[in-house]
Amino acid sequence: MIIHGDEPGQIRLIRKLYRPGNYFMQGDEAVSYGAIFAGCRFYAGYPITPASEIAETMARELPKVSGYYIQMEDEIGSIAAVVGASWTGLKSMTATSGPGFSLMQENLGYAVMTETPLVLVDVQRSGPSTGQATKGAQGDFFQARWGTHGDHPIIAVSPTSGQDAFWETIRAFNIAERLRTPVVVLFDGVLAHTRELVRIPDIEEVEIAYRKLPANEEEAKLPFGDPHGDGVPPMPLFGHGYFTHVTGSTHKENGLRDVYTPGVHDKLVRRLHRKIEQNKSVYEKYEEHFSDDAEILVVSWGVTARPALGAVLRAREEGIKVGLFVPKTVHPFPGERMRKLGKRVRAILVSEMNLGQMILEVERYVNDDVALKGVNKIGGVPLTVEEILREIRGVA
Amino acid sequence: MAKEIYSKYPLIKYLRREALPTALCPGCGGGTVLNAFANAVDGLKIDPRDLVVVSGIGCSAWIASPYFLADTLHTTHGRAIAFATGVKVGLPDKKVVVISGDGDLAGIGGNHLIHAARRNVDITVILVNNFIYGMTGGQVAPTTPFGAITTTTPYRNIEHPLQISETVAAAGASYVARWTTAHVYQLIESIKKALTVKGFSLVEVISQCPVQFGRRNRMKEPAEMLRWFLRNSVPLAKAKKMKPEELEGKFVIGEFVNRERPEFTDELNKLIDEVQEHFGLKGE
Ligand SMILES: Cc1ncc(C[n+]2csc(CCOP(=O)(O)OP(=O)(O)O)c2C)c(N)n1
Ligand code: SF4
Ligand SMILES: [Mg+2]
Repeated sequence: MIIHGDEPGQIRLIRKLYRPGNYFMQGDEAVSYGAIFAGCRFYAGYPITPASEIAETMARELPKVSGYYIQMEDEIGSIAAVVGASWTGLKSMTATSGPGFSLMQENLGYAVMTETPLVLVDVQRSGPSTGQATKGAQGDFFQARWGTHGDHPIIAVSPTSGQDAFWETIRAFNIAERLRTPVVVLFDGVLAHTRELVRIPDIEEVEIAYRKLPANEEEAKLPFGDPHGDGVPPMPLFGHGYFTHVTGSTHKENGLRDVYTPGVHDKLVRRLHRKIEQNKSVYEKYEEHFSDDAEILVVSWGVTARPALGAVLRAREEGIKVGLFVPKTVHPFPGERMRKLGKRVRAILVSEMNLGQMILEVERYVNDDVALKGVNKIGGVPLTVEEILREIRGVA
Repeated sequence: MAKEIYSKYPLIKYLRREALPTALCPGCGGGTVLNAFANAVDGLKIDPRDLVVVSGIGCSAWIASPYFLADTLHTTHGRAIAFATGVKVGLPDKKVVVISGDGDLAGIGGNHLIHAARRNVDITVILVNNFIYGMTGGQVAPTTPFGAITTTTPYRNIEHPLQISETVAAAGASYVARWTTAHVYQLIESIKKALTVKGFSLVEVISQCPVQFGRRNRMKEPAEMLRWFLRNSVPLAKAKKMKPEELEGKFVIGEFVNRERPEFTDELNKLIDEVQEHFGLKGE
């Protein structure tokens, strides 16, 4: 079922089904096709606007590629089923929005602790609570980082367009597989429902990563060890006779619970963090525009990065030396790069569809002498080029 | 001492030795359930490599995970059946078994229990009903008998217990049976049937928690609890002829349903075949 080991067959199938070319589609559909190209063959979810089109697309497309779609009774069960399926070797995902993302937090932490690769798409919508329900927002930045309890690392990527959603979903799967960890895709309701041109490439253009499997019996006996020194243990999948034991409790390298020895917890949780820290090259990604000579820097992410780029281009026409920094992997935040850029500019504007979340990350990496200001908007309507341009002029 | 006991236990080969001795209290019904499960697996000659055991959180969640030597997924509180659903879809040819408690599977996880039965996904659930949240210190559960004393109903329980087997049978399971830890042979036979039946199967085991339930309800000794089970057990056929008032405080035991219904993973794979046929993708 999994693409791994059946690449030629799967490539033929994908080619037959999805001709390369430009298609007019919603962001949610782009996420879904990205997932299918990445090898996702299991989806479990629960309907919620503005993520439902991902479920609908997966329900329609997955059977064609021998993949499984299940609608569960709630979001808690959805991510639970995704973890279960991942332990059988299926690349697995779920998608939801704020209220469902809240319900998934406990099992997202379980996936971190048990090192289960999966992709969780959060199509951010306006909150708190039911909020404006169907309207887009960027208010889950820190929920993605700290929504589940305990001292945990997390990786989250955030696409800036329908086209980007296709590629970033693939990247999310590849990161999840390479680092044996859940990856959050922080999408948003605006892009999810925007229809725009998305180029579907030939499958050969797509780089596809697979989780490490145990090379021998010895490696299989330590599902939570670090035999290769990269912090990423090979994954002894269920059904292969390894007698793998998996628990969300603190466990030793062999998987067995030990909550009494402080050193066992310390070693495990530090390795989980180290696994992410030492493999930055696997996930770190950002975009820069005109940052070389910029005196003012706009920092933005997700949907807001688009009007931000428009505003920067217009300001450049007006002769303002302004640049743009767009973290594509938002967690862990690209702090080192932020620090370098922060040293070169005199003002930083952070534009986002919330009352100031990513700005708190930016603040950690820039000195006090840099003027730091948020360009924020809530209410379900995205920031416009004009609105951001006005703020750029204000600090020019 | 412990080592000697293990070496005498004929089914030790099914247990994960390095995890022993178990953390269960002396006299806990959990050991009986583990033994019954091992006997059923042995009786059916199931290769443990063809088993995946999933559990939630609680004392009863520990019965087979980590103690049973198979792939074991010890999940979050209440969610074992949902995790198991994903496992079963990925490994339709393996036997996927959930062993966990009443609070876990019928309280916080009740919704997953009902919907898995409705879907009729081929999972075997052994639900250990000790009428109490044992692990957290004996708080009232959705299964606690009316009037019982627990740490959070110190005067008396004013709620009525959920009838788990009846509910799951009504929800559409292929197989449902209820026994107590005092009916070990019947229990083993039912677990065997549950493991063999295609579709969702539930074996509810009324089990003793002398430490958190018995001791607060005038049954300090495990044996007293087993006698309580025996005194109050009513076979299903007899229960059908009794009035609801007469059944108050009784344990109806036996097989509630044993029927064939389309199974979820079968249907899912059939659907994939149909879709591929329809789009001319067969053999690609
Ligand atoms: C989300 C969540 N809420 C509460 C708990 C605390 N908790 C652990 S075990 C348990 C009760 C388990 O009861 P039951 O399933 O009946 O198992 P028993 O211990 O009685 O065998 C609870 C409430 C938890 N672990 N997770
Ligand atoms: S507290 Fe009760 S259920 Fe838990 S191990 Fe002890 S006797 Fe068994
Ligand atoms: Mg209980």
